[in-house]
Amino acid sequence: MADTMQFDLVSPERRLASLAAKAVQIPGAEGDLTAMPDHSPTITTLRPGLLTVTAEDGAESKYAVIGGFAEITAEGTTVLAEHAVPADEMTSELLEEFLSDAAAARDNASAEDLDALAKTAADIAALGNELGVSVRTNA
Amino acid sequence: MPSLKDLKNRIESVKSTRKITKAMQMVAAAKLRRAQEAAEAGRPYAERMNAVMAGLAGASAGSDSAPRLLAGTGDDKVHLLVVMTAERGLCGGFNSSIVKLARTRANELVKAGKEVKILTVGKKGREQLKRDLSSHFVGHVDLSGVKNLGYTDAQGVARDVLTRFDAGEFDVATIFYAEFQSVISQIPTAKQVIPADFEATEEAADEAATVYDYEPEEEAILADLLPRAVATQIFSALLENGASEQGARMSAMDNATRNAGEMIDKLTIQYNRSRQAVITNELIEIISGAEAL
Repeated sequence: MADTMQFDLVSPERRLASLAAKAVQIPGAEGDLTAMPDHSPTITTLRPGLLTVTAEDGAESKYAVIGGFAEITAEGTTVLAEHAVPADEMTSELLEEFLSDAAAARDNASAEDLDALAKTAADIAALGNELGVSVRTNA
Repeated sequence: MPSLKDLKNRIESVKSTRKITKAMQMVAAAKLRRAQEAAEAGRPYAERMNAVMAGLAGASAGSDSAPRLLAGTGDDKVHLLVVMTAERGLCGGFNSSIVKLARTRANELVKAGKEVKILTVGKKGREQLKRDLSSHFVGHVDLSGVKNLGYTDAQGVARDVLTRFDAGEFDVATIFYAEFQSVISQIPTAKQVIPADFEATEEAADEAATVYDYEPEEEAILADLLPRAVATQIFSALLENGASEQGARMSAMDNATRNAGEMIDKLTIQYNRSRQAVITNELIEIISGAEAL
């Protein structure tokens, strides 16, 4: 069994990471999952959350991802995130922007989408707590 | 025959025009590099998205429950043309060629008895289409304040288009933009985005061969991803357009600079000739004056 796999993290604007990884922890829409080499092929959508990549040498890097999906195959994992920011570059301004976008979407939503969008907004707020970035909670 | 002074003024004015076009060319060259980088950086995302969507779409095609974004409304009466052009002029035939393509399509559709709605992105296209097609306008997206084109801008356009689709305002959406080939060649392109049409690339064919687990189930993913795929397609079109615009401007300004140079040479020769003629004239006058004594 191979001990590493190819990991790519791309956003529409740029490629954030491309490296050999041992494991990738993905915030899936239906729960977190960790992809390791030889994982069965899976496609999952993402919820806003923290993506953790363990590189070959054991170094961990974290990215905040919002929206998009992950494609896992035996050889590699590709995460296509609508917004992706390295965790240490995340600022409260940036997060607030995402949060207010999500809140605006929630407030304009029709009843059927309301649950999903409210969850997105809550997930983003939770992401902020996890990163220790403060946001106004009334958004 | 213009006087010496007139010629001199003329030469000066063409020289300053050349300075301006030269500067614009260099600015466009710098911007082109950035736009090309942006277009390249956006490519992996668009390609993966396309591949995955092709796989997903292939799997769900034909089923009755396929989302409307993919299957269409079952009609093609009302067409939405999204015409993407630049906010600025002075870039050769860039805007006109996109507008021309869109106009031809619009006229064809009207002739075929379809209803045409036009959404313009970028000021120049709107100005050019206003003359004969303004009755079809349904909206305009202004990007003039945008310095660096970001995904959020594309999302804005996409949201506009999708809201209209959900409201049942149209059946088919096509985007018009110029695909960047090289500095001297940009190809005006029409691409249908709704109902979504994912070309099955070779990679996508491989993709379809792999059996994926879907989480949540396929249809939920498809419903979630389709709007994003539309936004992605619009985003890559905007990026291509950005690069094309700068490329077109660069070559247009290069031509203008060269023409100005030629004009200066011609005017300088004319100026020198007239100056010589004046001198010769004066000499003849002096000599014949001396002879007469």
